[in-house]
Amino acid sequence: MNVQLYVWQRATAAVMAPLVLGHIAIIFYATRQDLTAADILARTHGSVLWASYYGLFVAAASIHASIGVRNVLTEWSPLDERRAGLFAILLGVLLALLGLHAIVALVLT
Amino acid sequence: MSGTQEKLSVSLWRGGKDGRYQTYAVPRRESQTVLDVVTFVQRHLDPTLSYRFACRVGVCGSCAMTVNGKPRWTCRTHVEKVAGSGRLQIGPLENLPVIKDLTADMELFFVKWQRAKGVFAPSQTRHDAIAQIRPDTPARAAADAAIECINCGVCYAGCDTVRWNSNYLGPAALTRAWTLVNDERDGGNAARLQAVAADGGCHSCHSHQSCHELCPQTLNPTAAIAGLKRRTAAAYLKGDIKT
Repeated sequence: MNVQLYVWQRATAAVMAPLVLGHIAIIFYATRQDLTAADILARTHGSVLWASYYGLFVAAASIHASIGVRNVLTEWSPLDERRAGLFAILLGVLLALLGLHAIVALVLT
Repeated sequence: MSGTQEKLSVSLWRGGKDGRYQTYAVPRRESQTVLDVVTFVQRHLDPTLSYRFACRVGVCGSCAMTVNGKPRWTCRTHVEKVAGSGRLQIGPLENLPVIKDLTADMELFFVKWQRAKGVFAPSQTRHDAIAQIRPDTPARAAADAAIECINCGVCYAGCDTVRWNSNYLGPAALTRAWTLVNDERDGGNAARLQAVAADGGCHSCHSHQSCHELCPQTLNPTAAIAGLKRRTAAAYLKGDIKT
């Protein structure tokens, strides 16, 4: 871990904290209102707001998680910092692609 | 002392990396320190035992060893405090290569001290007036963090992050750096902040606080490292240091 990764990890954590609370609130709302998947998709379809909300969430989570995994690999695996960094970048890209795929399904279907 | 005197069962590490523990019976005495026990073995039972000590009064920092699983300064550790069961296991400090028996190689510990720019960088010459430092300023108070450090290596030996990441500078070197960062007379902070902000620097610390718990001088390296994290993050955001 160096200062650049430290700042990015803390900054993405700060971004995610309110998003996580909002996400939990949305889950409670959806279950209490007995919304079906079709009801939810009807509300999110074509919504720039929902795409932005979860797009930001996915970006922050991908960066945050990959920095954390790099640190774990550096300390707990035989990989050196460069190789652990490469693996972490691949993981971050994978998380971002999976997240974006879900957002596309949420907003464009 | 009579022949029925109470004995301690003392296991001492013998040999190098591939050595083993060997057990000795040492008479238990009042106000006995762990260093007294080791010295008894060397003076009366096995003169080939290697260990390191100098002052015997908690000043020089040379007698630290692993005592019943924890790093301690042996000259100020009373047997009654750590060996209630009458058994002692004493080994060299962990996270450092063993030279022989109870002596650990401290070279890397001090190399990291230098990597963290733990050396005072003068900003004035002998021809300048003596710097006037007010004792009640926050920077002067923060500089106390490592002034009482005796470089015994206990914090380094007890640090999980050092154990997992051999590149990590460790609590003592970083605390020393924090003291110099707050020393108004020092002129080396640009290089120092750069050094402690790199991979293996202050941001590798997990704040487990083992160093704070184990430090025989009751210093708090975790707090000093947290100070370095804040200071380097601010310097990075201002563009004063690069990665």
